[in-house]
Amino acid sequence: MARSSAVELTLPVDSDRDHIQGPVDAPVTLVEYGDYECPYCGQAYPIVKEVQEELGDDLRFVFRNFPLGDMHPHARRAAEAAEAAATQGEEAFWEMHDYLYEHQDALDDDHLVEYADEVGLDVEQFEGELAERTNEERVQEDFLSGARSGVNGTPTFFIDGERYDGEWSAERLTTALRERL
Amino acid sequence: MSENAYRTPDSDTERSIVSVGTEAPAFTLPTTPDQSVSLDDFRGQPVVLAFYPADWSPVCGDQMGVYNELLAEFQRYDAQLLGISVDGVWCHDAFAADRNLHFPLLADFEPKGEVARAYGVYRDDAGTTERALFVIDGEGVIQWNHVSPVGVNPGANGILTALDDMQGEGEEAA
Repeated sequence: MARSSAVELTLPVDSDRDHIQGPVDAPVTLVEYGDYECPYCGQAYPIVKEVQEELGDDLRFVFRNFPLGDMHPHARRAAEAAEAAATQGEEAFWEMHDYLYEHQDALDDDHLVEYADEVGLDVEQFEGELAERTNEERVQEDFLSGARSGVNGTPTFFIDGERYDGEWSAERLTTALRERL
Repeated sequence: MSENAYRTPDSDTERSIVSVGTEAPAFTLPTTPDQSVSLDDFRGQPVVLAFYPADWSPVCGDQMGVYNELLAEFQRYDAQLLGISVDGVWCHDAFAADRNLHFPLLADFEPKGEVARAYGVYRDDAGTTERALFVIDGEGVIQWNHVSPVGVNPGANGILTALDDMQGEGEEAA
């Protein structure tokens, strides 16, 4: 039963499910599997922003959760917090996503609630979801979809559904994405 | 499959990885200063054997970290994950504690790389193992193998697909 391990996204991008920035029909799609507590993801965060600026409407960017909880004790809760923000709208998700990456050094529950307040969420609802672990399953679904797709650490990027094993400097990523146009 | 024969960098020797369908070479190796693990201990359940070049190197850290997060998923297949490198038990101990790893790391330390050689995944030039994966069934037969370039972390998708395939076959046979 030898089978070569295709390094392709097994869960296709779905606009009903995924968190997406950029036009739905953009010619190229970048998917990131990331962990809010991972320092490398923290480094990738401004790089992705730069790449988005470079490519403009040519790029659709998708973020999925891949928390490495044993290495990063707050990663799962932070991912659940971002998903709890998403309950209050896609815009709220992205604001929370950005806020978390900009405050990677303090991701305990108290801070998560503080951040929810700062980005203008309904804090009561947010706290309720965090306490009930409403979004635990969603985060795990993202995680397993990543594991099935060959995510091998964080961040892992996919360009048009194919794992990108290259360097993720802004320049390299931009070049790799432009090649798809 | 194409990975069955490969060239080691900086050498002309072509080495052969033990192939799918053959019996997995038996071994007993220390995992801690006072404990050992044998392949035979896991008869009746699948074993995922992950050879990696070294504790502490960043790529391995990520690879083992990802597998660590997937232990619950491996358990759904009743599969036992074993990491294996030529590092000694004290090194493994410190590495596992630092990364919070919850699966055994086997020390293929003395004679160095003996088990890796038996599986055809020892790199003479580097003195480490290849980055190689084996999925072994409950009868001790290799069902899937994969060698990655040393700098490329293979992830877990191949392992999960192999476990799926084995489970599928088991259900058909039942």
